[in-house]
Parts: sequence; C-alpha cells; structure tokens
Amino acid sequence: MSPHDTPQASPLAHHFADMEQQRDSAKLGMWVFLLTEVLLFGGLFCVYAIYRAWHPEMFFNAHKQLNVWMGATNTIVLIASSVTMALAIRSMQLNQRKPAVRFIFATLALAGVFLVIKYFEYAHKIHLGQLPGKYYTFTGLEGTNPHVFFTVYFMMTGLHGFHVLCGMGAMLWLLRRIRKGEFSAEYYTPIEMTGLYWHLVDLIWIFLFPLFYLIG
Amino acid sequence: MSGKQHHHILPLSTYLSVGAALLVLTVITVAVSQYQLGEWNLIVAMTIATIKATLVLLFFMHLKYDNKLYAVAFLIAVTFLAVFIVLTMLDTMTRDEFGRGSIDKPVQYQSAPAHPGEGEEPASHDTAGHTADTADSSHK
Amino acid sequence: MQTAAATSYLHEPKGLKSWLFTLDHKRIGVMYLVAIMTMFLVGGVLALLIRTELLHPGRDIMGAETYNRMFTLHGAIMIFLFIIPSIPAAIGNFVLPLMIGAKDVAFPRLNLMSWYLYVFGALFSIYSIITGGIDTGWTFYTPYSITTGTSVISITTGVFILGFSSIFTGLNFIVTVHKLRAPGMSWFKMPLMVWGLYATAIVQVLATPVLGITLVLLILERLFSIGIFDPALGGDPVLYQHFFWFYSHPAVYIMILPGMAIISELVSTFSHRHIFGYKAIAFSSLGIAFLGFLVWGHHMFTSGQSETASVVFSFLTFFIGIPSGVKIFNWLATLYKGQISFKAPMLYTMSFLFLFTIGGLTGIFLGALSVDVHLQDTYFVVAHFHYVMMGGAVMALLGGIHYWWPKMFGKMYSEFWARIAAILIFVGFNMTFFTQFIMGTRGMPRRYYSYPSEFTGMHGFSSVGSYVLGLGFLIAVIYLIHSLFRGPVAPANPWGALTLEWQTSSPPPTDNFDYDPIVEHGPYDYDKIHVEPMK
Repeated sequence: MSPHDTPQASPLAHHFADMEQQRDSAKLGMWVFLLTEVLLFGGLFCVYAIYRAWHPEMFFNAHKQLNVWMGATNTIVLIASSVTMALAIRSMQLNQRKPAVRFIFATLALAGVFLVIKYFEYAHKIHLGQLPGKYYTFTGLEGTNPHVFFTVYFMMTGLHGFHVLCGMGAMLWLLRRIRKGEFSAEYYTPIEMTGLYWHLVDLIWIFLFPLFYLIG
Repeated sequence: MSGKQHHHILPLSTYLSVGAALLVLTVITVAVSQYQLGEWNLIVAMTIATIKATLVLLFFMHLKYDNKLYAVAFLIAVTFLAVFIVLTMLDTMTRDEFGRGSIDKPVQYQSAPAHPGEGEEPASHDTAGHTADTADSSHK
Repeated sequence: MQTAAATSYLHEPKGLKSWLFTLDHKRIGVMYLVAIMTMFLVGGVLALLIRTELLHPGRDIMGAETYNRMFTLHGAIMIFLFIIPSIPAAIGNFVLPLMIGAKDVAFPRLNLMSWYLYVFGALFSIYSIITGGIDTGWTFYTPYSITTGTSVISITTGVFILGFSSIFTGLNFIVTVHKLRAPGMSWFKMPLMVWGLYATAIVQVLATPVLGITLVLLILERLFSIGIFDPALGGDPVLYQHFFWFYSHPAVYIMILPGMAIISELVSTFSHRHIFGYKAIAFSSLGIAFLGFLVWGHHMFTSGQSETASVVFSFLTFFIGIPSGVKIFNWLATLYKGQISFKAPMLYTMSFLFLFTIGGLTGIFLGALSVDVHLQDTYFVVAHFHYVMMGGAVMALLGGIHYWWPKMFGKMYSEFWARIAAILIFVGFNMTFFTQFIMGTRGMPRRYYSYPSEFTGMHGFSSVGSYVLGLGFLIAVIYLIHSLFRGPVAPANPWGALTLEWQTSSPPPTDNFDYDPIVEHGPYDYDKIHVEPMK
C-alpha cells in the first residue's frame, strides 16, 4: 500500500524511508524532549530539597498554610485527565474519531479545572501577602525566612501551570486537526506525542503534591 | 511489516484499573500524611509518589510495551538528576557555620511591608526557628 | 557524472527565500558556519582589545569598567555564540546525515528552528552589548549579577534562547543517529565523528535544561528578588554556582567531544590507516559524556563549598583523564607507521594532539584540591582553558573546516597559504598562552585590569603572541574566501577517504546521494580498500 493511496494527504516526509521510521523517530524525539523537561524541573526539585533540608521546621510550618483538599482535588483531576488522554489515543487507534474528540475535550476541561483551583489558591496567597522574596509580608509564620517556602512553591507550581497551559494549547490544536480529518487509526502520531507530554505534566504534579501539601 | 508494538492497543480495563490504582494511592498518601511519623513521612510519601509515577510511565506512557530504549533514556535522565541533587546536597549539608553564612540569618527587609496592619518585622519572631536550625548545623 | 554546479545544494533552489526557509541540513550548516565564524571574529576582536589593554599596567586604551565588560563579553560570546554551537551546528549539521547515508536529519523543521533560535539569541546578546554590556564575568555569579546595573537580563535571556537552540540540535542528532542510518550501517560501522556528535548530543540534551532553569532563577532574582541566590534575602550564592556549573562543566565536553570526533576522522584519513582502537574511542566518547556530569564542583573549591564536597569532586575529577588519555594514545597509535600526509588538516591535528594534551593535563593539576587553592582565579586557569578550548576544540574545528571545505563548497583552497596560517596560529597560540601558565604560577590573577610591573614583560609577550595568532586567522579567512571564487574545482574525494560523504559529489546534490547508499565496509578499512587521494 503506497502512502499516496490513503484518503488523507500522505504525511510521510521525504527523508524517511517509511511511516514506521517516521513514527519511531517522532516517539524518540518526544521522549528526548521529555528528558529535557525532567532536568528542567529537576533543577527546581533540587532547590526544594536543599532549602527544605536547611529549614525543615520552617517548611513544615509554612506548608500548613496550603489547603490539602485543594491539592488533593487537583491531584485527582490530573490523574483523571491522564486517563481521558490515554483513552483519546485508544479511541483513535480504534478509528473512533468522535469518542477521541470527546476524550480530548474532557482532558481539556479537567486541565481547566486544575487551573481554576490553582487560581483560587494563588489569589488567597496574594491576599495574605504570602509571596516570594521581598514581596513577602505575611506575619503568621514561625521559622527562618518563610518566604523561601513560598518562593519555591510559586516557582514550581508556576512553571508546572505554564506547562499545563501549553498542553491545553496543544490539545486545541489537535482538536482542530481531528476536525479536518487529518488523523486515523493509521496515523495519529501527534495525538500520541501530546499524550506523552501530558502524562509527564501529570507525573510532575504527582511529586509536587506530597512535597508541598503533605509535609509530615 | 509495521511495528507490532506500536499498534498494540491496550484494553480499556487496563487504563481504568491503573487510573483507579492511582486514585487509591492518592487517598493513601493523604491519609498517611495525617500522622506524625517524623522522617518516615517523607519516605512514605516519596515511595507512594514513585509507585504512582511508575504506573503512569509503564501504562499510560507505554514504557512496558515499547522499545526498551525509551525506558533506558528516562532512567538515565532521572539518574543524572539524582546525581545533581545528591552531590549538591553533599556540599550544602556539610557546610560549617562559616559556610552557612546568610542561610540561617533572618532577613531584614528594607522596604515597608505592603500590609500596614500586619506591620511586624519578620526578624522579631525568628528566634525559635533560628535556634532549631543552628542545632542542625552543629556537627561538621 | 554530472557537473557539480548542475545539481549542487548550493545552487538549487535559488533565491534568498529558499535559503531563509530551507529545510536542507547542508544549507543550515553553511548558515551556521557563517554565523559562528562571524561571532568568532567579534569575540576575537574583543580578545585583541583585551590583550592590547594588558600591554602595560594601568590604562592603555580603556578604563577599568570597560575592561570588565570586555572580558565578560569575550567569554560570553566565545562560549555561547561560538564554541558551543560551532562544530555540531556548523559541521555536524552538514556531515552527519551524509556520513550515515541519510537524506537529512530526523526533524528538518526543528533544525531550522534551532537556527532561528540561534539568531534570536545572538540578537539579544548584541542588544546587551549595545546597551553597555555586562561586567559580571561570563559566569554571572551572584550576588554581583543581581545588583550590578549592567544589562544582565538581556544577555541571560539571549543565552537562555541559545540554550534551546542547542537542546533542539542535540535532540535532532540523537534521533537521527538512532533512526536514519543507511542499511548496513550498524553502530560499529559508524564513523567516530558520528559517535562523537552523538555523545555530545546526549550532554546537550541533559545539561542545557539546568542552565535554562538557572538563568530563569537569576532573572527572577533580579526582577522580583525571590531570595534563592541572594544572601541578603537568605539565599545561597554558592547554590547559584552549583546550578551554573552543573551545566557549564558538561558544556566543556560539548565543546571538546565534537573536536575529538573530528580528530578521529583526520588522524585516520591523513595517515591512511585504520583507526587504532575504534571501540575504545567510541566508548570513551560516551565515558567522557557520563563522567563530565560528576565533577562540576571542581570549579568551586575556593568558593565556600564544603571541604567534604570538594574532596569528593576532586577525586572524581581525576577519572576524566582516563577516557581522554585513551583517545590520545589511540590516535598516536594510528599515526604510528602510517603514510602521513602533512596537508593542512593534518597540521591542525598535530596541533590538537600537542596542545590538547597540555590543556588536559593542566586540568588534572587544577583538579588537585591543594594545588587549586593556589592556582584558582589566576592566569594558570585562563591558560588551561584556552589550551583545551582553543588548542583543542578550535584547532579541531579548523582542521574540520579545511577537511570538509571541498565537500561543502566544491572548491580547493591554497594548500601553501593554509600551511602558513596553521603554523602562524600554532606559534601565536603558544606565545600567547604558554606565557600565561607561567604568569599564573607567579600569582597573576585573572580578570584584573592592572598588575604589578614585574609582569609587564610576560604580558607584553603574550599580547604580541595574540597578534601573531590574529594574523594567522586573518590569512585563513582570506584564502578560504578566495577559494570560493577562484579556487580549483574539488573532486568528490580529494583526500581518498572511505566515509560516505566522500562517495557523493562535491558539493553534494540536495538529496545528498544520487543512489541509495548501502554500507558494506567500515569507515576506516584502508587495509582492505584503496582510494587514491588527489596530489
């Protein structure tokens, strides 16, 4: 079967020998990209580890200012979004375009819920003056330099939130392409790649949640 | 002809049971955190998080079914991250009092606080936390 | 056989737009080559200005403030805009697909994006130069980089963008090597150039993101006083150094691994012998990439790092000498009893072997904690890194440029003038930098605008050496550009080499090969196959 015979325009690029090589290359490329994300976030995990080790009491006290239930809800929301994303890909593997669209919508909606909850958390902190560095004006905390906890909190959840936004953008792009009929059970690589990215976003939160919300 | 592994379609039940397992583990980790276990809180929390992460990697991200290369690459990245954190902490945890310098000193802000009603200097109630931290640094 | 001009990638398709929107790895490589050599010129002029200021103690041509900005910019430009991209982006982009028999890299559009990110990053850096530059040293150490009034944010943003250019190039190369090799090219039939580029790509991909987050944190510290690296806010300036060097030490292996990769090619081709110890060289590239991540603390022995950590880092640092040594000995063994041809690429190879050995060994001296306490931040360190970066990587780059010039442009340069330039560069380099080893041991600190009068003679000699070096480069630029217009047409395989890029025309057609390459022999099988080099 020549790639030119498929109803959709052939997505085989000229420098690849066949679709399998192209697909495998895309997958390896996305995994390598995910590795760079691990190292990027990893730097912030390192900051967290060091400052927590230096000021364990302060971290313990400061973390009580966070709302465990909002954090836990967000964790469940992201886990659910990973399930819906995985199911979206599975639907496309079975050539079921409409369920795929619905699952991607669901993932998008759950991502939106995540961001809304985060918005409320951030707004509350801003109101109380629990902000990074010299903007920290909250006085209800014991321990040396409590602004450090909130610095690390805002940076890590902020960078994570930025990645959630980018993921949502990618999903919107996917929806557009699915509507144009660009994907099928034969070719759905971009959906799969977006899925990998989204699972990593979930993965990072899986670690962020206990580190910030469940300290002891 | 085409890679069998790529077209390997996981049954719906796999995704749903992994999802359920993740939810259960979340409940467990929240529950455990409600108890004061000292050092063990962190260890248990990180262990559970690692199990959750492994489930996501193996099933949602298909590492169990794909070319081993991706799993190896991921492990390498995590290993180097661990090297970064461990060797840096080898320094930060073995600093003497001189090396700890600014870290233990409470901060004196020059600018006025943004909320006049809460206008205490942060430095004034740090003595309790300060003592606790210097106790950690007394060994070389 | 069609004439080169008819189907060459250089001439078809035509027009500026076809270059600006090209997806052809060869065109992207050429554009990178022009860009990095331009940045080398800028960085080089800064170097000559610095050396001129240092002719005498006190003011020669500039004040102390300006001097600080000069050496900072010299370092930042040379490292981020020249040497890190140089071999992978300019030469690697061109030769990697050819060497593995592929039509292009795995992600041509990502490749073009890498190029534009490079340009964008360069523009930010130029903007920072125009707005007065920075005076923090290329390492941007806190707390000074937080408080100085100079354009720290624009240059760190520029470097951040350049980091992504580097990451995407690395990503592209990793996938290309894994997936796009021609039939018959197993891992152990790949040229060592490819092994070196692959090992480099791994470092680029794993280390650069940490630089990214470091610069973001620095910018946030400057803008919003987040209090991570600022001691006035309870932060730790040494932590900044951990973050910075976790990237910047592996970065030096990003600089040298591709250089070593080129040397493997040149040593074999110009002694017309099978490389000695192919697997050892291949694995040593991976070994250097791996070990390079374990030693960054040796930049911080005198910064306030704990003694325990310093001892551990010093111990780990010694191991890096092993894979590097393996390469040097294998190259020497290749040369032994070879039919050596002293063309320009071989002259640069010999320079590399001599100069990199000195540079590498002095690195081991500095790795010894007790010795480093005396030599840190002196000219000894400056000499060390110039020996490895210039005596090593730049010599290899020049060797590679001369080696692949006929392939890239279809023209031969003047061998006579190439030899003159190579000799001037070698002599000028040693005049400039060997002197600095001595100055360093006598106590001359680095980054100092002025100095006690007893150093005047040595500084003067070093500066004269830099002018000789500059002259050598000038000659090289002249005859290379001249060759583009007036040079004799190059044959497909002027050097009689066996790797795949020489089995297609010079310059290659857009799709690299007029046939589907199938690999039947190894890249260095000179004992089995003979191809006559041109005289």
